[in-house]
Amino acid sequence: MYAFTFEQPTSLSGATQLIAAGGQPLAGGQTLLASMKQRLASPEQLVDLGRVAELQGICQDGQALAIGAMTRHADVAENALVRQHIPALAALAGQIGDKQVRAMGTLGGSVANNDPAACYPSAVLALGATVHTNQRKIAADDFFQGMYTTALQAGEIITAIHFPVPQKAIYLKFIQQASRFALVGVFVAKTAQGVRVAITGASSGGVFRHKGLEDALSKSFTPEAAAAVKIDAAELSSDLHASAAYRAHLISVQVQRAVKQLAG
Amino acid sequence: MGASDFANLPHIGESVRRKEDYRFLTGAGQYTDDVVLANQAHAVFVRSPHAHANVVSIDVAAAKAAPGVLDVFVGADVANDKINGLPCGWLITSTDGQPMKEPPHPILAQGKVRYVGDHVAMVVAETLEQARNAAELVEVSYDVLPAVVDVGAAQKAGAPSVHVEAADNHCYKWAIGDKAQVDAAFAHAAHVTKLDLVNNRLVPNAMEPRAAIGSYSRANDEYTLYVSNQNPHVERLLMTAFVMGLPEHKVRVIAPDVGGGFGSKIYLYAEDVCLTWAAKKLNRNIKWNADRNEAFLSDAHGRDHVSHAELAMDKDGKFLALRVHTDANLGAYLSTFATAVPTILYATLLAGQYTTPQVYVEVDAWFTNTAPVDAYRGAGRPEATYLLERIVSRAAWELGLGQDEIRKRNFITTFPYQTPVALQYDIGDYPACMSEAQKLADVAGFAARKAASAAKGKLRGIGYSSYIEACGIAPSNIAGALGARAGLFECGEVRVHPTGSVTVFTGSHSHGQGHETTFAQVVASRLGVAVDAVDVVHGDTGRVPFGMGTYGSRSISVGGAAIMRALDKIEAKAKKIAAHLMEASDADIEFVNGEFKVKGTDKMVTFGQVALTAYVPHNYPLDKLEPGLNETAFYDPTNFTFPAGTYICEIEIDPQTGETRVDRFTAVDDFGTIINPMIVEGQVHGGLVQGIGQALLENCVYDKETGQLLTGSFMDYAMPRADDFPHFEIGHVCTPCTHNPLGTKGCGEAGAIGSPPAVMNAVLDALSSVGVKDLDMPATPHRVWQAIQAAKA
Repeated sequence: MYAFTFEQPTSLSGATQLIAAGGQPLAGGQTLLASMKQRLASPEQLVDLGRVAELQGICQDGQALAIGAMTRHADVAENALVRQHIPALAALAGQIGDKQVRAMGTLGGSVANNDPAACYPSAVLALGATVHTNQRKIAADDFFQGMYTTALQAGEIITAIHFPVPQKAIYLKFIQQASRFALVGVFVAKTAQGVRVAITGASSGGVFRHKGLEDALSKSFTPEAAAAVKIDAAELSSDLHASAAYRAHLISVQVQRAVKQLAG
Repeated sequence: MGASDFANLPHIGESVRRKEDYRFLTGAGQYTDDVVLANQAHAVFVRSPHAHANVVSIDVAAAKAAPGVLDVFVGADVANDKINGLPCGWLITSTDGQPMKEPPHPILAQGKVRYVGDHVAMVVAETLEQARNAAELVEVSYDVLPAVVDVGAAQKAGAPSVHVEAADNHCYKWAIGDKAQVDAAFAHAAHVTKLDLVNNRLVPNAMEPRAAIGSYSRANDEYTLYVSNQNPHVERLLMTAFVMGLPEHKVRVIAPDVGGGFGSKIYLYAEDVCLTWAAKKLNRNIKWNADRNEAFLSDAHGRDHVSHAELAMDKDGKFLALRVHTDANLGAYLSTFATAVPTILYATLLAGQYTTPQVYVEVDAWFTNTAPVDAYRGAGRPEATYLLERIVSRAAWELGLGQDEIRKRNFITTFPYQTPVALQYDIGDYPACMSEAQKLADVAGFAARKAASAAKGKLRGIGYSSYIEACGIAPSNIAGALGARAGLFECGEVRVHPTGSVTVFTGSHSHGQGHETTFAQVVASRLGVAVDAVDVVHGDTGRVPFGMGTYGSRSISVGGAAIMRALDKIEAKAKKIAAHLMEASDADIEFVNGEFKVKGTDKMVTFGQVALTAYVPHNYPLDKLEPGLNETAFYDPTNFTFPAGTYICEIEIDPQTGETRVDRFTAVDDFGTIINPMIVEGQVHGGLVQGIGQALLENCVYDKETGQLLTGSFMDYAMPRADDFPHFEIGHVCTPCTHNPLGTKGCGEAGAIGSPPAVMNAVLDALSSVGVKDLDMPATPHRVWQAIQAAKA
């Protein structure tokens, strides 16, 4: 780790000013701090968002749940509102990393980082959530722009994410055994507007929606309909842990199982 | 005292709570990094980013000028000071009579780097931060060369040469057994089973990374090295006699609390020497603590064998002969015991628990551009067990026999038993282990469980492994004849204090095994004092007379036996003192539960009275006996010990995803006498986790082109976690070792040795219904799925 200065603003405006002046926002630090320790990241100033009141809390917002960007994974997993209205989201949060990671890691930090194998981006995308920042609101479909890349501009920080409550939803994660990130994670949501299927872990481009699966399941929400969709391995990643063909196969199997569990 | 008397003493067989745990669990442990010396500086090593390269130039000017930097050392400084390379402790002689190739193993690169992580320079600065910053300023210019990382590539014609001293990368060809007899047996075999397999390379990953502090005192010209190490006396011997040319008495090596070793901390490493050497040059205490990344790159790795085996049988499945060829990857340099692992510690175990009359094993060992490979929990014996138990189960399937039946037909049942590969087993009861394991595993219920799995769409399989290991290494004369460059005895000193409390000094070293409790139980039971009245001191060449350290499950059987010998001397002397006090003849004194009695009378003195008398000798036979009660013994075993057992694993596989889980695991071991069942169970659990980890999760992978370590962190190297395992069913059979005074055999490595083939046999049993016949470790979901796809095609 290189030397750096450390700021702890208590208001959003204070944080915004520091970040606009070049400070590096620090959310839960579960990626950033590890990168800094390995000297792969060298911010001169860290701006800890942990004391900014506007970034905290979970509340109902009409037909959606608004979750503050600095909400820890453990709090999402245990929150009564989330468990009641979007249990799949609570379950997803409860499967991220280990207890220590869940006690520190945050929703906003995970989504802003957009690790191609992170869990949260699949929920944001499949649920058609809206990302609120200190500057604007961004639809999930416009937010994720490739590995570690999002629509966020310099100086822009996520304040909250608004998740519309789906009719039904489920997240199935097939772990990469070393990191326990998603080797393939599938988030299937049945909403009034149709079925949305988001896949994480499978593509180096990061989280994506699978149009073929969505169309088939919107017509017939059955495992058979999912099984009939051919998953093209060509766009999937191949690495030490899994071939593209295996990832394609896991997407199909996991979506079939997700649909079966939701239907049952 | 004989082993059967010993086993009946109080505290023997008692699960005494570990004395050391209070300090570990409350953060009071004293690991090397907890040692903070005055005048302490910090070292950081500049390591090669390339697997194979010539070092064209090193510019240290900017680093030396950086804030806080005391000095920067490179290979030329080592050469100027005539510091030798690291020695290999075991000489292997090739089948042509030539000694193995021993290229230099420099502590800092001499013009060439041979693996990613090889040591190029050491930066010493006032603070760790300053040392790290300066290390980034060391400018090294490399001329990158092609690399070889596996035994297949290393032996190809025209392969890049890792060393000029071994241009074909070949270190040795070694063989054991009678080839002609084996070939003759194959010629009239009714059935031959063949198998190719890979024993996957592993990274040890002790919880505490390696660490060291080099220290030098001008007052008495003495060095002190604090180091996270398993055998401080051997470390000192190698460093002084072979590398630095120092007299041994001028160097003290202290291995304080050590957070796990698993073999990887047996060896003398370059960092240890660099720190010791530089401590005098700079007249500073210099600390280094590896980070996890350095541990992955530079700790000696384990396993990495590629083998072909053939088993000849008669029509009833009786083994006639075994023929094996193994290629072993030794890495870039010869680590301390690297050469013994694929030979002495491997091939001699290939008779297993069976009466196979003829065994022939040939081993080719190769240099590659990877981290050195050396002993890792089990060291050679897991590789032997994996090969043998895989081919035995395969033979059973080919012959239509049960995995248990083929083993029972071939078990050795009379002892002592001379194998065709040098070892003589003193005792064992292999059928008893098998039948106990089958009972605990509820083998009778397997068919119903398999049907229940099938109803869920899952495949269930059962796998057996009947392992044997040679522990308690070793009789020094046998080890010497086999190429060891050191003795393998152990030393123990028992110091009875005037008030009757006891300090034991042992050359064994505890880095998690619980010696402070187990050894205290041994002493307390012999002397009739409380376990809490006995303290065990280890890991310090300045306090312990001598020692060969802990590895090969040798601590209790060799280190404990040395303590028993010292206790014999204590008891004999104490009896004379007691006889004097009671005005009786020495021969009439009995010593039971801490009380000396005159046979046939009610006269009695306590151990405490005798201890006080020894140090306050007012009424004492000073004309016949020295005062004091302090005895030292060295014990050299007459044979290896042979722990053995049968493990049974049940696996459940999801054929759609390849997900493979251990559902049930039963381990029945014969460790001879058990002193602390709780500690033994802990050792078995730890071993099983490492063995099952090898079978299902762990795999060290280097890129074949670049030689980069692809599994260089826990993000890519799958360490086992608690939730990867079911409850373990543990059982014991006891045939006490016949040749040491405790009857113990050792328990530290058994789990890691016996479990991989049990797991893989279960995986293959489960997959047999979908046509899969072979699979290498680790059986990850991806590999299992690929095997199923390949079988379908």
